[in-house]
Amino acid sequence: MIVMLAFVIGGLYAAGLYMMLRRSITKLIIGLSLLSHASNLLIFTTGGLVRARPPIIADGATEIIKPFADPVPQALVLTAIVISFGVTAFALVLLHRTYLTIGTDDLDDLSKTDLARSETNG
Amino acid sequence: MNTLLILPLITPLMVAAVSFLLWRHKAAQKWLGVGGACLSFVWACLLFARVSGGEILTMQAGGWAAPFGISLVADTLGAVMVLLTATMGLAVTIYAVRSIDDRRAAFGFYPVLQILLMGVTGAFLTGDLFNLYVWFEVMLMSSFVLLALGGERAQVEGGIKYVTINLLSSALFLAAIGFLYSVTGTLNMADLALKIGALPTSLTAPLSVLFLVAFGVKAALFPLFFWLPASYHTPPAAVSAIFAGLLTKVGVYALIRTFTLIFAFTDVDVNNLLLILAGLTMVTGGLGALAQTDARRVLSFLIIAHIGVAVMGLGLGTTRALAGTIFYLIEDVIVLTNLFLIIGIMGRVCGTFEVARMGGMYRTHPMLGALFLVAAWSLSGVPPFSGFFAKLALVQAGLEVEGYTVVALSLMVGILTLVAMMRLWAEAFWKPSPMVIDAAHDKMRVAKMLFVPVCALSLMSIGLGIGAQAVYGVALTAANQISDANVYIEAVLGVTR
Repeated sequence: MIVMLAFVIGGLYAAGLYMMLRRSITKLIIGLSLLSHASNLLIFTTGGLVRARPPIIADGATEIIKPFADPVPQALVLTAIVISFGVTAFALVLLHRTYLTIGTDDLDDLSKTDLARSETNG
Repeated sequence: MNTLLILPLITPLMVAAVSFLLWRHKAAQKWLGVGGACLSFVWACLLFARVSGGEILTMQAGGWAAPFGISLVADTLGAVMVLLTATMGLAVTIYAVRSIDDRRAAFGFYPVLQILLMGVTGAFLTGDLFNLYVWFEVMLMSSFVLLALGGERAQVEGGIKYVTINLLSSALFLAAIGFLYSVTGTLNMADLALKIGALPTSLTAPLSVLFLVAFGVKAALFPLFFWLPASYHTPPAAVSAIFAGLLTKVGVYALIRTFTLIFAFTDVDVNNLLLILAGLTMVTGGLGALAQTDARRVLSFLIIAHIGVAVMGLGLGTTRALAGTIFYLIEDVIVLTNLFLIIGIMGRVCGTFEVARMGGMYRTHPMLGALFLVAAWSLSGVPPFSGFFAKLALVQAGLEVEGYTVVALSLMVGILTLVAMMRLWAEAFWKPSPMVIDAAHDKMRVAKMLFVPVCALSLMSIGLGIGAQAVYGVALTAANQISDANVYIEAVLGVTR
């Protein structure tokens, strides 16, 4: 199972990076969210994929019986998912705003700031 | 429990929350922001006073003992950075009062600025790696909003680049955290330092490089700096100033923390790599600055050059080099923030940031010219200004370990900075104005209040030069603490290695 997930994670990273290298901003954002999915899944996998073994010490025992499902990565991954949700939402708004302002979805048209004689805004 | 550690975080959070409730009241938001920044400044001063003697304050959030809960830790380095954050926050908020237009203020400029300051402060105070990631994201999200707020064409273009590369580095950071947790089972930085020594180098070396790349992007190290000059010149001066002063420094701070604490007990040696990167960063930043024609882009490249100088101290690795780095960071934060604020005023006077179209300001604004010169000389390291002493400390430390090449490069960067800044000064102040400046009109456009933070920061940077001995003393205390990781570990966990 871990091996399969490793391939899935690797595939997600590869797909995410590939999408980020495309010229379309929409695809860029899809790439970003694939990348964050890959990272989330990676953290989830680090907790160990153990079924039906909660991290609870049994009555009378002093030590937990291994293997058990580590709850910390699950808590981490929840936080990371919420953050990536917020970030993706912001990126979508920025994309929309960019489209309204510049009227294009092509990243190559965004090189003008490097040369622009931009007017003052204090 | 040390309440002082949580107050600098809660204050901006509460101010931002109340400001969001008062969404329609722009004036209330504005003055709440100023009040909150003042209060944060007071807390930061108290915190600094408590730890400047060499004590390390810790707080376990929710009473969960380390390493199980989230630790907040303030050693001298952390407290110095928090104090700088609060000071720059206050200066920039006051500057923003008269320079941020109503449209931006109506979309929550002041509360978002508070959240940015909270994120930066949190990154400096946390003792937990995942918590550091969360503070990074808090800081990034608010910086995204500040960068794009206003929605001008240049801003959204710069925003896309900034957002993309920073999210990429966050994904790398998160992956590195995941790997680190899976091999050590902890994320508390002190605990990590204890446990990571047991791992083979084949595991720690790739992990350290992942962290180096993730933080290198945030710090704008060569070759990961391209996002910075593409975006920092697009927002209003107040926003550029706080970005220039603090955000890249958070990256440098994270690098210092990771490599002096977490990887301190491993065989991983990234010092030479750091020195090479620092050298290349200095050269590209310095030469890049000379090639620019927009005043703000000149400064953007100089930020990069000086990040190189700061990282050089970390690469040299000795206690005195670290002290030099910390001194340099203190000086750099103040001077770069100040320069962006000054350039903001210059842009207002001339109506442009384009060097060729500026001019004649020495006649109309001699005082501004003097302030610019003080900041420019400080940045280039001309004695007796603060930059000189910071550079001196680094150069001495470099010569001690015979790092001649990197020392030569750091001196060259001083010259490149001086050339770039003096060219800017000559163009903007000495050269006759290419346009007819209507003097009465200008007096109206530049409010007196904009000069308050600029003068305060200039005095501070002169003060750093005069009191260099004392500042170096503080930097040395901080460097002594971080160069012996056991001090930090004992303060957090109560045990040593």
